Amino acid sequence: MATETLKPSATLASGPTPRNTTLGKVRTHPTQNEGLIFEKSSPGKRAVKLPPLDVPEADAERILGDSFRAEPAPLPEVSEIEIIRHFTRLSTWNYAIDLGMYPLGSCTMKYNPRVNEFIARIEGLAEAHPYQPESLAQGSLEVVSLLEQCLIEITGMDAITLQPAAGAHGEFTGILLVRAYHESRGNARRKVIVPDSAHGTNPATAAICGYEVQNLKSNALGMVDVAELERIVDEDTAALMLTNPSTIGVFESEIHKIADVLHAKGALLYMDGANMNALVGKARPGDFGVDVMHLNLHKTFSTPHGGGGPGSGPVACKAILEPFLPTPVLARKADGSFGWNFDRPQSVGRVRAFYGNYGMFLRALAYILANGPDGLRQTTEDAVLNANYIRASLEDLYELPYKTASMHEVVFSDRRQAQRGVKTGDIAKRIIDYGFHPFTVSFPMIVSGALMIEPTESESKEELDLFIAAMRAIASEVEETPELVKNAPHSTRVSRLDEATAARKPVLRWRPVE
Amino acid sequence: MRYLPKSPAERRAMLDRVGVTSADELFHVIPEEYRLRRDLAVPPQMGESEIIDHFRQAAAKNAVGYASFLGAGCYRHYRPVVIDSLVQRGEFLTSYTPYQAEITQGTLQAIFEFQTMICELTGMDVANASMYDGSTGAAESIMMATRITGRSHSVVASTVHPEYREVMSTYAQHQGLPSSTVGYDAKSGRINLDLLDAAITSDTACVLVQSPNFFGVVEDIPAIAAIAHAKGALLIVSIAEAISLGIVRPPVEADIVSMEAQSFGVALSYGGPYCGVIATKDRFIRQMPGRLVGETRDADGNRGFVLTLATREQHIRREKATSNICTNQALVALMATVYLTVYGKEGLRELARQNLAKADFAAKTLASQPGTRQLFATSPRFNEFVLFTEEAPATLNARLLDQKIIGGLDLSRWYPELGHATLWCATELNTRAQMEAAASTLACAPVEA
Repeated sequence: MATETLKPSATLASGPTPRNTTLGKVRTHPTQNEGLIFEKSSPGKRAVKLPPLDVPEADAERILGDSFRAEPAPLPEVSEIEIIRHFTRLSTWNYAIDLGMYPLGSCTMKYNPRVNEFIARIEGLAEAHPYQPESLAQGSLEVVSLLEQCLIEITGMDAITLQPAAGAHGEFTGILLVRAYHESRGNARRKVIVPDSAHGTNPATAAICGYEVQNLKSNALGMVDVAELERIVDEDTAALMLTNPSTIGVFESEIHKIADVLHAKGALLYMDGANMNALVGKARPGDFGVDVMHLNLHKTFSTPHGGGGPGSGPVACKAILEPFLPTPVLARKADGSFGWNFDRPQSVGRVRAFYGNYGMFLRALAYILANGPDGLRQTTEDAVLNANYIRASLEDLYELPYKTASMHEVVFSDRRQAQRGVKTGDIAKRIIDYGFHPFTVSFPMIVSGALMIEPTESESKEELDLFIAAMRAIASEVEETPELVKNAPHSTRVSRLDEATAARKPVLRWRPVE
Repeated sequence: MRYLPKSPAERRAMLDRVGVTSADELFHVIPEEYRLRRDLAVPPQMGESEIIDHFRQAAAKNAVGYASFLGAGCYRHYRPVVIDSLVQRGEFLTSYTPYQAEITQGTLQAIFEFQTMICELTGMDVANASMYDGSTGAAESIMMATRITGRSHSVVASTVHPEYREVMSTYAQHQGLPSSTVGYDAKSGRINLDLLDAAITSDTACVLVQSPNFFGVVEDIPAIAAIAHAKGALLIVSIAEAISLGIVRPPVEADIVSMEAQSFGVALSYGGPYCGVIATKDRFIRQMPGRLVGETRDADGNRGFVLTLATREQHIRREKATSNICTNQALVALMATVYLTVYGKEGLRELARQNLAKADFAAKTLASQPGTRQLFATSPRFNEFVLFTEEAPATLNARLLDQKIIGGLDLSRWYPELGHATLWCATELNTRAQMEAAASTLACAPVEA
């Protein structure tokens, strides 16, 4: 179809890329064009055959009356082979961890073990209904219990809820615990302090929990300015939301002082656990003064990101916050069996129906069991080693705005490349041509033109060397042929897309041609 | 460790480049007193076969081989095989939010198709890329309505899923947003329209109803919309059983539809992950939470898709964002998209008809037993119904379990006024034999020992 004809985009040199040309670790091969599924629809095609109805037909029009749907929704009418081809073709347009390094900083794009997918589909677990009698759900509940124990041990906290559906939802839950704690002491307090290096979800969370957000400027090292913190914390401060290691991949070495400053004024320390992949088995937030934190099972614990979700964001806390956890909480009964306890008078309430993204609990537990204590520690060490290896291999060519020791990710800036008119976003687009997913661009905001690189433990030395070689080649291109970088990517199915028009005149659904 | 791709020699070479002698040195920035100098107390490393055994043993402790009549927000429907074949492709499974459009066109186009299908099903103009689930989507819809109207109060039907209501209440109460609950008509099981009218004030941002509601009864959406709109309030319709849209009139009068798409090919999985989605009218797009995919062109004129209208979102707007949502339920939305493609226009219709017929037969069969009757029997309904029994639900369900049948959900926890009432669901997976077995168990009066 005309709209899908792939025109040649701006080419590397001039003319089409010759066959068999390798750039770094890739060379191009054809991808199939594919229209929208609606464009393949034709009345009468089907991909489903229902078994015959074994009860009498019901008179739907009579039962539903005015609520009867006269016109079925115009869903596509296609056959099974077309469905398989359609979605398979679409899938080939994606980059993925399974294809190569995906160093999207802050997102911890690590390998997603396939045994996790297998066990999540075991019938008795996959088909469990959340309202089936507890006596017939003991297997599901045992999984919850063991995962809770493991996560409590890993974080060094006292209690946990697995109910939140993602990291931001965990933040919401955690800050509600903070609020309920303060309320129980007579005053919810007014503000939450958020460092300027924080993820956008942190201030957004504080706001939807009814708190005023107070920004905390980072110091010259990109870390919490403890003196400034001490100056602004007062009896109106409910909590500080801190990411540790921070978003520049640096451990807040004064973490306990930070906790002390907060605790002296009755405020609590919330930790965004997005970067927990740097700590598992090496240090525990509960030991360094954190009162409440969330984990991202889809980051640290290997559950798949799935193109944007599902995630899972358990919240672990100290004993002082335990009474406020969302209902229900898992309890062990006198007879040794597990059950849900709904009798929680001080609870903040429910944050999600049922018990959370249970399918992710299964996968996270499978990951923990596959690793054991030694594997978890080695994983963390490898993640930190990988980031430091990249840092040591690129810091001569890319500006390192903060020289503090890196943990699991390294943040460069585009300062040198910007002098040639090339921005972090351009470098990101160019690394696509070399067969990599880009790093995180323009975040954290305290670094102008940030390149935030998180390799995770899943990358071999070979893949890291290819990434480093690509980044070094791009640095040379910036000097010699900056336009090549500024117009990248050159090898993808589509070239840079017109985002401005997409936002100005939004087309958010397909409509049939009249 | 089998997931770690490095030999000891490679690690040594890398440590040399970094200039340290051991990986542990890289952690020197963590003060010694906070370093963990012991093994974590978690189970020891297991081989793959041991892991599978571990979970198989857990599965064996659950109900296996039972017939189930449970619904109540989680519906057992057949999942076509191609769903898992496709969503387990690594290119979908192991990619992330499509920030880099040039190498995520597959995810982006699939989400665009999802958004379109949700619009076609609900009669709305625009749908987002997903929310966590139906309960959080409903809570976010209320917040959206307060932003649109500048009002703070919400009115929620008591026939909305009780756990959804708990979640809405958690979200609203901590932002100081007042809410009131409106009861149902005892005969019809539908929201009481007089009470609804009385509950709406000049500060009411929205009315939220579920349809089919928690009793399985389809609400009179046009009448509810007229009452809400007359007082300047928006109407939010929550849909927990999405298959109903195959045969139940879409809530076109609503301003916002908040849907749970679990029924579209998503395993029960003890309550999640599921797939919420919010759909609305064009004029409310900029107050919508969550990600949106839009169609555009590339520099060479090719059609392509991008994440758009991001200025609503937390990573741009921080504390002024429409929501704090970041990660959503993308892979589950993909399951729903594949499912809807498999069933298609006619298949979804036929499936919905089968569900309606199964529930109708189950209701008649169960309600014809002595000591039982169907509540709200004359109201429009889809695949769930409420059964009243003289016998207490606990003893009744215990007897059914002996026959390997999981009976209806005991409603006394949330609706004590209904007495011995249970909520039953029958989908295309419930056979006539199961229904008849349940009925004959009902018919056996408990034998006094």
